Amino acid sequence: MSNEVRIPTILRPFTNDQKIVAASGPTLTALITDLNDQYPGLSERLLENGALRRFINIYINDEDVRFIGGLDAQLKDGDSITILPAVAGG
Amino acid sequence: MSLTISRSLVDAIVEQSKSEYPDECCGVILGPIGSGDPLRLKKMVNAAHSPTFYEFDPKDLLSLYREVDDKDEEIVVIYHSHTETEAYPSRTDIAYAGEPGAHYVLVSSRKEIAPAIEFRSYRIIDGVVTEEEVSITD
Repeated sequence: MSNEVRIPTILRPFTNDQKIVAASGPTLTALITDLNDQYPGLSERLLENGALRRFINIYINDEDVRFIGGLDAQLKDGDSITILPAVAGG
Repeated sequence: MSLTISRSLVDAIVEQSKSEYPDECCGVILGPIGSGDPLRLKKMVNAAHSPTFYEFDPKDLLSLYREVDDKDEEIVVIYHSHTETEAYPSRTDIAYAGEPGAHYVLVSSRKEIAPAIEFRSYRIIDGVVTEEEVSITD
């Protein structure tokens, strides 16, 4: 089982500048663990105290994971994951 | 470091900031990938509808990045307005800044300087704000 994960510019220093990497897991949490095993330090940039960071958006295909179970969201083989920094401010 | 931008794009951002006042307005200017040229302005909805906060809707954000990829473009400028404070990145702006390659443009239409408008540009990388010169072309 494998999933394509799109990495935003700001996190590419962790992935040797790769824009798309492969990772897998039955849930988003497992996938992030797999990503962090391959690219140490990445999960700290996505999670804070075990929750998704406020300024990080993760999508499974077209769905914002916040609406489909958050870190418990289920993954199927071939699902495409996109990580994007929120564009926001005060 | 500097930002070169056309008068018509500057005017469009200023107009948008006025029409969405008192809420903050926001958007991006796209250009061909690798060029650094801000050419195509795309207004974004401020999903926060707030005078003190702006945020691209997460769905709009995904569509934007897909469109940019499909058209071989890049996000050259990310802009938003401040309605009561100067055109300088707030602490929140700095905390959220996630595009190290983009020019962060701020406009301020605060009352004290009316009818003048402040239009300033910055790089925000790893929490460090560096103001840059803005050259406006006709």
